[in-house]
Order: sequence, then structure tokens, then C-alpha cells
Amino acid sequence: MATAHGATHDHGAHQHGHDDHHTPTGWRRYVYSTNHKDIGTMYLVFAIVAALIGATFSVIMRLELMQPGVQYFMGPDGTPNGHLWNTVVTAHGLIMVFFVVMPALIGGFGNWFVPLMIGAPDMAFPRMNNISFWLLPPAFILLLMSAVIGGGVGTGWTIYPPLTIQQGAGMDLAIFSLHLAGASSILGAINFITTILNMRAPGMTLHRMPLFAWSILVTAFLLLLALPVLAGAITMLLTDRNFGTHFFDPAGGGDPTLFLHLFWFFGHPEVYIMILPAFGIVSHIISTFAKKPIFGYLGMAYAMVAIGVVGFVVWAHHMYTVGMDVDTRAYFVAATMVIAVPTGVKIFSWIATMWGGSIRLEVPMLWAIGFIFLFTVGGVTGVVLANAGVDYALHNTYYVIAHFHYVLSLGAVFGLFAGFYYWFGKMCGRQYSEWSAQVHFWTTFIGVNLTFFPMHFSGLAGMPRHYVDYPDAMSHWNYISSIGAFLSFGSTIFWLVFVVFGTLLYGRKVGANYWGEGATTLEWTVDSPPPFHTFEELPHVSPTAHP
Amino acid sequence: MVGKRVLGILGILTTIAGLGVAGGASAQPIVGVPHEWQMDFPPSFTPLMEKVASLHDLLLVLITVICVFVLALLIYAMWRFHASRNATPATSTHNTFLEIAWTIIPILILVVVAIPSFRLLYYGDKAVDAAFTIKVTGHQWYWSYAYPDLGDFTVESRILSEADRIKLKPNQPRMLAVDEEMVIPKGTVIRIIGTAADSMHGWTVPGFGIKKTVIPGRLNEGWISVNNEGYYFGQCSQICGNGHSYMPIAVRVLDKPEFDKWVEQKKKSAGLLPATDVASATAPANR
Repeated sequence: MATAHGATHDHGAHQHGHDDHHTPTGWRRYVYSTNHKDIGTMYLVFAIVAALIGATFSVIMRLELMQPGVQYFMGPDGTPNGHLWNTVVTAHGLIMVFFVVMPALIGGFGNWFVPLMIGAPDMAFPRMNNISFWLLPPAFILLLMSAVIGGGVGTGWTIYPPLTIQQGAGMDLAIFSLHLAGASSILGAINFITTILNMRAPGMTLHRMPLFAWSILVTAFLLLLALPVLAGAITMLLTDRNFGTHFFDPAGGGDPTLFLHLFWFFGHPEVYIMILPAFGIVSHIISTFAKKPIFGYLGMAYAMVAIGVVGFVVWAHHMYTVGMDVDTRAYFVAATMVIAVPTGVKIFSWIATMWGGSIRLEVPMLWAIGFIFLFTVGGVTGVVLANAGVDYALHNTYYVIAHFHYVLSLGAVFGLFAGFYYWFGKMCGRQYSEWSAQVHFWTTFIGVNLTFFPMHFSGLAGMPRHYVDYPDAMSHWNYISSIGAFLSFGSTIFWLVFVVFGTLLYGRKVGANYWGEGATTLEWTVDSPPPFHTFEELPHVSPTAHP
Repeated sequence: MVGKRVLGILGILTTIAGLGVAGGASAQPIVGVPHEWQMDFPPSFTPLMEKVASLHDLLLVLITVICVFVLALLIYAMWRFHASRNATPATSTHNTFLEIAWTIIPILILVVVAIPSFRLLYYGDKAVDAAFTIKVTGHQWYWSYAYPDLGDFTVESRILSEADRIKLKPNQPRMLAVDEEMVIPKGTVIRIIGTAADSMHGWTVPGFGIKKTVIPGRLNEGWISVNNEGYYFGQCSQICGNGHSYMPIAVRVLDKPEFDKWVEQKKKSAGLLPATDVASATAPANR
């Protein structure tokens, strides 16, 4: 690590090498970092810290909802403090979306493994990579401050006006926070697109590129096209709040619905931004542990492209109830259902990859198979909700909460953990212990299903979201959900202590390719952990190799 | 300990529910409320909801079959192709027939879903031959219902405090009982026009098949026609600030003569006396 030799580095050919490779140490190594692996590590650590805070908020919510009546969110005057409740809900949502899933999947695993997989020495713009990361902590601090300043932001993560116009000063901080996080993601997206399009190893055509790199490429394009729209919308919100404009204020000729359109034009691609990298990770894991090349590689790659493209023209299915023209709604019903087709191609291709393979049920494989099934469950309820007529009965109920937690909390997060167990040995050079990983998987699997499956029932029974209290008849499913949430949270703490720190301190040391012959991508050709600089001499990809 | 508390609450609940059924202080039964362990939609109270529920039934069967199918394939693959049973992996990476099949079959399934879906969408869109219109306005944090076609009086509907609920409407559930319900006649098509005064709100009643996000500066149209008399409850379905959890929607459905009586009474108390009473109409007594 201290010297600057890549795994494939030919020592004799580089007599001058040592002094050129300045390897900073201590805090400078990270704060000034231009190294994709160190920046990736920082993204992952950041995401874990943010996840603990975001998960704490969800445990607070489940504690309150465990029983009917208001237990904890009582104001000093003895009436329920609904605004504080809304603030906690909003913080949970914004943290999980912008500061956990996105940094971990794209900033963390993307930074670590896209350059390794495509055989590039680093990202295309290493200094920009540094600022991409370092914009995030201030954004996160602003967001946390927004929850306590000026009474907090109690609007839901969708920040619809006019409610956002009514909020205190915390709202402006939240807007700045999203500006910074958005700028961070846009810079990161530019970096990934440039890296992937220009820095692939010789012989690695786009059609021979690993699927994780494909998923990050599509994600980066979504980020680049969607986030500026959010930035514009929240800037309009900011000027509506502070500078007397009336973009969203009907009293001045504006329209709140305009914000909804702008927000969801960003917001719908955003949900694919969160899930596509998980698709990529799962593809590699299934292929590795089935010891088979991915089935229908091109179909898999272009299914992601299709999901990305169609993802931009379905946004108003989040707004069926706001009073759009019925023909417009009909269009969005049709377009939304189309998404199910490329998604189905992916699900069946993963199963076909397993078919005929030689399957080892290692822990990453458990998470990946769990992902496939739970994502399917979340996906099919999405098909239900796509039907505007049925959506009227379900919009803003817990059915929707169940749906998007199945695709995100049980989809994207399962993808995250799958990637973690798959690559943690590569990143730190030590392997997790099987028992702790098994305990973590099974407790989380049971916990999250216990949490979110009953929410389908609450939703069908009509329980609306963002509620601090509910009619007493709804107590049973809520009680079960809460038990599940506590189990999941305990499981996460267990993971942090026994799996993360346990592995870092006591894990068995592993070599370059600890998964064996199924693992064929380039990151398995470098040491675990990889040297500070990798691929100083570019690897050559054989034209006959399977992608 | 927590468990005991919950059991205690459940006991109280059951008692209250029992009283509600037995007591029946008001003329109309309590119909549209959530039930313990409820796992599905409430019964369909409107013709629209019947169609919603029937499409949902179709979808539920479809998605259950899909999930079971995927799960079965996964479990079979895990078992049959486990390394202990299949040491040498196959090398196949393509199967044109399969790939076409799993593209075409989902498209066909979606077409089968789309036809009833569009039919439902257009059926639920706007009222045909509505008897009258109710203008629903969401406020922070209560509802108001104006009856412009019936003399243009307005009813304001606020949640009852727990003390008042126990005193006035003990058989109605906590969080749902209001001081004045929106009152409608049964079996009559009523146009709902929704708007909001301050922030967005969401007007809905489970079992009616309607949900209108009401927005300041905009009108949002829908319709209902409730089959049977009774009390029906919903809750605000768009986050709207501090009192979001506490602005329930309550609808009282009467038969036609009773409804007419209610309208007369409302007109009178709103100072909108019958047109035959010329003296009062031209010179309101209380001005």
C-alpha cells in the first residue's frame, strides 16, 4: 500500500516510478484525495453514518406508530405535534434518498469498481471527484440543520408548495442542501460518463463492458438530465419564498401543480437512479455464484437503457389525483405499464443465469436472490398502482409506502448489502465471518418483510401516509410493522459491529480472487485490497472473453 | 409490558365497537370504517368502487401468480442447480425463443390489464347527469362543504375532541368523528368539485373509489353515488402541516326525504329562507 505498485505493474520497467506517485498520508490522504478508491471509501463511510441517522428516524416513527394514540409526539400544550412528526418523516426520506442510497451505490461502489472493472487507472477527473464527495457533508449538515431551525421542515420529501412556502427558515436550508447534493451528483455523473466512455481498457468495447459499469453509465445520464430540473424547481421555490415571485402561488398567477410536474420529472428518474446500480451489482453476483456468464447480456444492458429512457416519460403517474385531463392520465397509465417489460426481462434473465449453473449460496448470493424476489414483489405492486383507476383508492396510503419500500428498502438496500458482502474483501483485504453474515442476512430479511408486508394491508384498509396517529382498528398491522422495524434496526447495528468492525479487525486475509472461477471481471485480477494505484499498465481485454 | 398495554387498548376497542353496534344512537349505521386485521379494500359503497375492486381483484390474482412463479423458479434453481448437484455449469448465454417469450408474454398480460383499466379510468372521470354539486374545500385543518345548487349554504366539518366524541358520538371511532358531516342522499350521483384554501389536501373516502388532491387555485372534479345510508369515514390524504392527521372526512348518507329535510334546516339556519317568504327574503331579520 505504501509503495505505488499496481498488481500488473512491471517493476523493472519503471525505475522512476516511486517519486512520481505521491502518496499522501493521514488526514491529507482523504481530505485532498483524488484517488477513486479512497473517495469511494469515504462515500461508503458517509453513507453508513447517514444511514444510521436516517434509520434512527424510522425507528422513532415506528415507536410512535406501534400503538394508537400519540405517545411521544405530544406538544407542550398536550396536543399532538403533527409538525414535528412531519419533520421526522421528511428528514428520514431526504436522508435515505440523497445521503444513503445515492452516495453508497453511485459514489461508493461506483467510484470503487467502475475504474477497476473497465481497467482504468482512476476516474477521468480526479479533482472533480474530490469536490463531488466533499460537497456532500456540508449538504448533509444543512439538511440536519433544516430539521431543527425555524421549526423544521415538515413537508414530506416531495416538498410540495404551498406547504413548503409556509415553512420557516429551515426550508431554505433544506433547499440549499438539495442544491449542494444535486451539484455533487451532477459533477459525479459527468465524471462517470467521461470515464466510462473514454477510459475503458483496450479491447473493451461498450458491448463487452461489465453490467455494473453499464448500470452506472445509464444512472449517470439520468442524474445529468434529471437533477438540473430539480435544481430549477427548488430555486423557483426559493424565490417564491423569499423574493416575491409567484411561480407556484395561484394568488400571483402561479400554479402549485407546476412544481409537482417539475419535481416528478426529476423524482421518477430518481427512483431508477437508486435501483439501476443495484441491478448491475446483482448481475455480477448471480453470474459469479452460478459460475455462468450472465444470460442475455445485451438484453440486460439495453433493458437498463430502456428503463432509463422510459423512466423520463412516466412522471405524472405520481399525480393521478391532482386533476389532470383524463387523456393525459390514460397516456401515463400506458407508459408506466411499459416499464414492466424491460424489468421483467431483467428478472427472467437473472433466473436464466442461475439455470444450469453451479450455484453456491454464499452470502452475497443470498442477498442477490433476496433482491430478485423482493424487487419482484415491489415491482408488481407498482403495476397495480400504475392503473390510475385503482390508484385513486391507494394513492398516499400505506400501500404506496409498502410498494416503494419493497423496491428501495428491500430492493436497493438489498443490492447495497449484496455488493458489500461481494466486494468488502476486495476493499479491505479481509473476509467476513460466515456466521455473522448469515445472522445479519436472515434477521434483516425477516425484519424488513415483517415491517413492510403488513403495510399493504393497512394501505388497502385506507391508512393514509404522514399520519402520527390512526384509528384504533388499524393497530394490529402497525404493531407488527414496528416489531419488524426494531428487528431490522437491531440487525443493522449487529452488522456494523460484528460484520464491519469484526471483519476489519479479525477477518481472514484473502487473495486477489477469493470467489474463484465465477468471478471474471477485472477487479478480481488486482490484489485485495488493491494497491493505491491500479492498472498503471492497461490490461488488454480479449475479444473472445465473455463480458 | 407493551404487549399488555396493547391488549388493554384492544379490550377497550372491542368494547367500544360492541357498544357502537348495540347502541346505535343515530339513525344511520356506522358503515365506512376500518376493521381490525383488515387485509383488503373495504366493501364497495359506490358503483365506481365496485369497478375499482373488480380490477384490483384481477390484478391481485395476476401479481400473486407472478410472484409465486418467480419464487418457485428461484427455489427450484437454487435446489436443482446447487453446486452439490450440478458441479459443471452449463455455458449457454442465449435462447432466442425464451427471450422473445418473456418479452411478448408480459406485453400481452399488460394489454389484458390495460383494457379494463382504461374503461375504469374514463368511467370514473366525470359525472354524467349529476343531481347537484358539492364544492369541497380543504382548509388547515378542516373541511368545508358548499351546496351551491341547493341554496348555497356551507357546512364546516371539524374533528371532535375526544371528550366531545365520547359525549356526543360515542359509537363513532376515535380520529374519525366530526361535528358536522358532509350529508348526501343515497343512490344519487353527486358532482364533487374540490379546491383548497391554503395548502394542498386530499379528499377521499375508502370504499368510494375517489381521491381528489385539492389544490389552491385549481378545481378538481369527480363524482360519487353512495348506495346505502350510513356514516362513512376517510382521512386527509395529502400532507398539509400540523393538523394533517386530524382532519377526517365524514359523509352521512340519508334517504331522499330525510336529506331534503336536512337541506331545509340548513337553509333556514344559514338565513336562506324559502323564496315564498318574501318579507324575510328581502329584509333579513337579523341585519
